Amino acid sequence: MTTATLAPDRSATRRSARGGRRLDRYSGLGLGVAMLWFSLLVLIPLTAVVVTASEGGWGGFWDAVTNEQTAAAIRLTVGTALGVTVVNVVMGTLIAWVLVRDRFFGKRLLEILIDIPFALPTIVAGLVLLSLYGPESPLGIDVHNTRIAVFLAFLFVTLPFIVRTVQPVLAELDREVEEAAASLGASRFTTFRRIILPSLTPAIAAGAALSFARGVSEYGSLVLLSGNLPMRTEVTSVRILSSIENDNLDNASAVAAVLLAISFAVIVILDIIQRRVIRRG
Amino acid sequence: MAERRPGRYVARLIVVVYLFLLVAWPLFLVGQNTFDGGLENLRSIVEDPDVVHALRLSLMVAVIAVVINTVFGVGISLLLVRYEFPGKRLLSALLDVPLSVSPIVVGLSLVLVYGGRNGWFGPTLEDAGIQVIFATPGIVMATVFVALPLVIREVVPVLEEVGDEQEQAARSLGANGFQTFWRITLPAIKWGVTYGVVLSLARSLGEFGAVKVVSGNVLGETRTATLVVEEKYLNFDKGGAYATAFLLALVAVAAIVVVSVLRPKEEDR
Repeated sequence: MTTATLAPDRSATRRSARGGRRLDRYSGLGLGVAMLWFSLLVLIPLTAVVVTASEGGWGGFWDAVTNEQTAAAIRLTVGTALGVTVVNVVMGTLIAWVLVRDRFFGKRLLEILIDIPFALPTIVAGLVLLSLYGPESPLGIDVHNTRIAVFLAFLFVTLPFIVRTVQPVLAELDREVEEAAASLGASRFTTFRRIILPSLTPAIAAGAALSFARGVSEYGSLVLLSGNLPMRTEVTSVRILSSIENDNLDNASAVAAVLLAISFAVIVILDIIQRRVIRRG
Repeated sequence: MAERRPGRYVARLIVVVYLFLLVAWPLFLVGQNTFDGGLENLRSIVEDPDVVHALRLSLMVAVIAVVINTVFGVGISLLLVRYEFPGKRLLSALLDVPLSVSPIVVGLSLVLVYGGRNGWFGPTLEDAGIQVIFATPGIVMATVFVALPLVIREVVPVLEEVGDEQEQAARSLGANGFQTFWRITLPAIKWGVTYGVVLSLARSLGEFGAVKVVSGNVLGETRTATLVVEEKYLNFDKGGAYATAFLLALVAVAAIVVVSVLRPKEEDR
């Protein structure tokens, strides 16, 4: 289905795998215009964050990010994103497995459900979760303004990542190897652990990295759901926003630089995973 | 070919229950809450001129952002796949950056550069009569930023799969660059472009955090549809919040369904 949307490893690998023609005059001009636009829109603004963060020197940066309330927000964000990623590794792999290997009525509906968090506006996602897990919950489960709400919101917005990176790899896996292992007496568990899991690991890792990055940077779905209580349910993005609203852009940039460093680390990890896969395959 | 083992049913059950509780049921409740008092909630928002203005602004911004990202995305995809140049690998990695940057950081970064008072370029632009932050151009830029990789991610794999033999043949028969693109390349990648456009449209209509930072959220001027949802909910107009959210969710679900129905299934090939 929408595998290409969320499977960065494959497209990026292929992007750099094959060469092509040299640039001529028109394509060179096109590249120049594209790079100018990309720089004005993305590269220069992101550089501005890092530059502004470093203007106060190391001391200023350190003070900003170790402020009690900010440090609590960073701990909550990173900790929750890690926990959610662990759940996603298990549930995402299981969902991908069911979607690829099982056949039943309504499977296409599940395929659509998986992609919904990707297209749904984040503020709507917050409202959606609030209607089942908020004060008026028909289940009687009210988690709003608690840390569980943060966990739930992260779980919702990161749902597609591991499913969509693992699914195509699982679909291309050779069933004969598994059958051979089974005919040689391997149990289902052994076959899974020794045959299937190793081939899925790069895809799971890539999806996990994306899911973690998405969780850490989440904002919109938390606005209505988590209450943004300082020291309790306030995440890093909310801290940055309140600094912006107080016109303290230096402080905002310092905390934003931490998030950018995490995003950057994730991209580097993805790149390393991709290179490994190319070398093997 | 499905094996009849109990483990299979357990796995199926876990997945169905998980997705039901996490996505399907909550989503259904938003619809239910919207139609709580019949069509009253929907009527209240379509009769509110500020909400109508916000919906119009969101739609206009989304269309502009999609056009920009489609032209840029198709162009850069062609360059990445068909040409060889130094720094290609780095560029390819950088193009995915917007996917993992927090929307609040996106907004902050644009304010730092284009802010009217202290931005790097903002004061110069303002002297020239162009206001970016707290105005529509800023909202467009924030939206383009967050949806930037979507078209590229759809088009690049398709371009690679179709190869360039036909393009070479067209060129050797005397077609110029534009003719080759219009008659050969574009028809070959049209579905990839379509998926990219649909996904970008959904993403652009729904951007919230980045727009919140750069728009200033002025009622009837720079308030977009997603900002209305927050505003209505926090002002205890839950009916209005649910109705606006319902409209936005409808577009998002429609986009996913369209892509899912159009995209050829792996097993059907």
